[in-house]
Amino acid sequence: MKHLLSINDLTKTEALDILNLSLEMQKVNSRDVKKLPALTGRTVANLFFEDSTRTRISFELAAKRLSADVINFTAKGSSISKGESLKDTVQTLEAMGVEALIVRHNYSGAANTIANSKWSKASVINAGDGTHEHPTQALLDALTIRQRIFGRDNLNDLSGLRVLIVGDILHSRVARSNILLLRTLGATVAVCGPATLIPEGIENLCDFVFYNLDEALGADFDAVMMLRIQAERMNSAFMPNAAEYSSGWGLGDSRFSKLNSKTLILHPGPMNRGLEISSAAADSEQSAILDQVTNGVAVRMAVLYKLLAQEQSNG
Amino acid sequence: MGNPLTIFRNVSLANGDFVDIAVQGNQILELGPKLSSQGAEIDCSGLIALQGFVDLHTHLREPGFEQSETILTGSRAAAMGGFTAVHAMANTSPVADNAAVVEQVFALGKSAGYVHVQPIGAVTKNLEGESLADLLKMNQSRAQVTVFSDDGKCVSDSLLMRRALEYVKAFGGVIAQHAQDPNLTVDAQMNESTLAFELGLTGWPSVAEEAIIARDVLLAEHVGSRLHVCHVSTAGSVEIIRWAKARGINVTAEVTPHHLLLTEDLVRDYDPVFKVNPPLRSNDDVQALRAAVADGTIDIIATDHAPHTADSKDCEWGQAAFGMIGLETAMSVAKTALVDTGLINWTRLEQLLSSNPANISGLARHGKPLSIGNPANITFINPQSKSIVNNYSQSKSSNNPYVGVELSGQVVHTLFEGVLTVKDGQIQELNNA
Repeated sequence: MKHLLSINDLTKTEALDILNLSLEMQKVNSRDVKKLPALTGRTVANLFFEDSTRTRISFELAAKRLSADVINFTAKGSSISKGESLKDTVQTLEAMGVEALIVRHNYSGAANTIANSKWSKASVINAGDGTHEHPTQALLDALTIRQRIFGRDNLNDLSGLRVLIVGDILHSRVARSNILLLRTLGATVAVCGPATLIPEGIENLCDFVFYNLDEALGADFDAVMMLRIQAERMNSAFMPNAAEYSSGWGLGDSRFSKLNSKTLILHPGPMNRGLEISSAAADSEQSAILDQVTNGVAVRMAVLYKLLAQEQSNG
Repeated sequence: MGNPLTIFRNVSLANGDFVDIAVQGNQILELGPKLSSQGAEIDCSGLIALQGFVDLHTHLREPGFEQSETILTGSRAAAMGGFTAVHAMANTSPVADNAAVVEQVFALGKSAGYVHVQPIGAVTKNLEGESLADLLKMNQSRAQVTVFSDDGKCVSDSLLMRRALEYVKAFGGVIAQHAQDPNLTVDAQMNESTLAFELGLTGWPSVAEEAIIARDVLLAEHVGSRLHVCHVSTAGSVEIIRWAKARGINVTAEVTPHHLLLTEDLVRDYDPVFKVNPPLRSNDDVQALRAAVADGTIDIIATDHAPHTADSKDCEWGQAAFGMIGLETAMSVAKTALVDTGLINWTRLEQLLSSNPANISGLARHGKPLSIGNPANITFINPQSKSIVNNYSQSKSSNNPYVGVELSGQVVHTLFEGVLTVKDGQIQELNNA
């Protein structure tokens, strides 16, 4: 495995490998000295063409805990704003000897483009591309669900689990990667949102589609993932206004009070409290939102380790 | 009458007859089995002679985008593809929305000398979709424009489309519509489908094409004018056009070679060489388009040859330009998709690539039967040839989606107004400077 561009790049065995390796990384992260020498002398670049503080620092921390040298390249203040092409940027980093590119980009497929090009020999990790995928987010979500429902050291797949993803499915790379990964791991996946934000052809990729959240929640899922809703969607007539979205598809206090107390609540962050999720739901015992953040570092360590250290030794 | 004769020996016509064709000057002097005339001999055993091809939809990019193509390089690519006439789309810079620009394009085509370059005029000023361009003046110019199109953009305003259809009745013009509802295709990147969702690319739904075609055929019926639909790409569009024709509406339709052979699955790796507008569709659409060509619902094959520089394709999908080149491969793609599959015969292919497009445009010297006294615009094809497409092109651009694909049939000679522009598969250097 050289790149991680899409969940489609992973077999079930490879996905489970990463989750299980993440357990080892969690142990490292719970020690006083949170560092492994695995990537000493290796150079990793965070190549971020889109603002994302959370994902960037999560990857940065993951690489540093594996002793890699990390450089951060962000579109703001770099030559991108002066009109340099992606090709030139990637070739520049290649010429400096960067071995892994962690790419966040506003265009879908940008990470694939880099990986398929002759611009660079580096491993490419997709850290979110347009409305395509965000594979490490799906991996950390799967790990979080498995640990919270089956226990910390469980090594199994997610067979038998039922997961509901709620919100802007059309524009969500988190939803895409999660649908693919959760189903690869044996879970049943349903989506729910206003029909304007449920894409054409989704029925071929997931198990159930709901337009009504109360009906969906009545079907009793093991985990409910609330997606971030973006303000600009209101302007493009996907929905009339925030209040209407919230009343139709938000996990507000009244829906939360009726929710099965065993149902796990996830959110990829950053949250719009009071819009897609209420504070009562987000801060509850059954919320796994902070676990997701913690697990993000371990999962990204596992991915970097697998792509850079294992791939190297496999020759 | 002292002009030398060139005799093309032992060639098969579309109907299967074996003949010799003797050409003098720019016309066919004799045609029949085993001519006794003497002259320069070209042995055409095993070849098929068809009426020179006519492309109703070519982007030659000049003036304004000469880094992608010029009228000369595009004309050479056209000749290599067996074309003797091409229609130059209006979306140049400046836009071909007035007599001066269309006359310039016409003159540059003439001086290049490889094909007849027939300019298409813009429907609206500067392709802005707000007011009509100088349609009459373009028609009355030396270029004698009869086909008008804002191709690349849709004439989406219903009233303006109505006016355009009405206005061209004065001189027998035709409006060639790029059918794409702009509101339904904001930032659209590929066919709207499960795959588009998976790839995170904004969908270009079939309905955005079909809704405009449905509106336009009704407008054409209402005002009694003539509509041509560019690059039909969906099964639903075919049904609407079939319905319109059955109703007696004066509509013609074209399909591109790529929509007859390629499907959206090619987009999976985000290679921008497959980024085109309208987008590659599903296999069901491809099959419906092929059937529509066979049953006459679709009248012509037109290339939508759209050259782009290497830089505008060597980048992120979302950043890349729409379009693919197609002049040199058009016949081979059509043969592979339609003739080799048994859907159509050579006579039908000749209509699709020559007489029908010439009739839509009203070209006097193209699309005429290969018979005595007619213009010597002839394409000679080796139907047996099979080859893997390579990157070689006479076009200035190389955004060719067929590289590595095996296609059948090869253009061996192209005769334009009695001049061999291509001989033995090689472009000829013309001494007409």
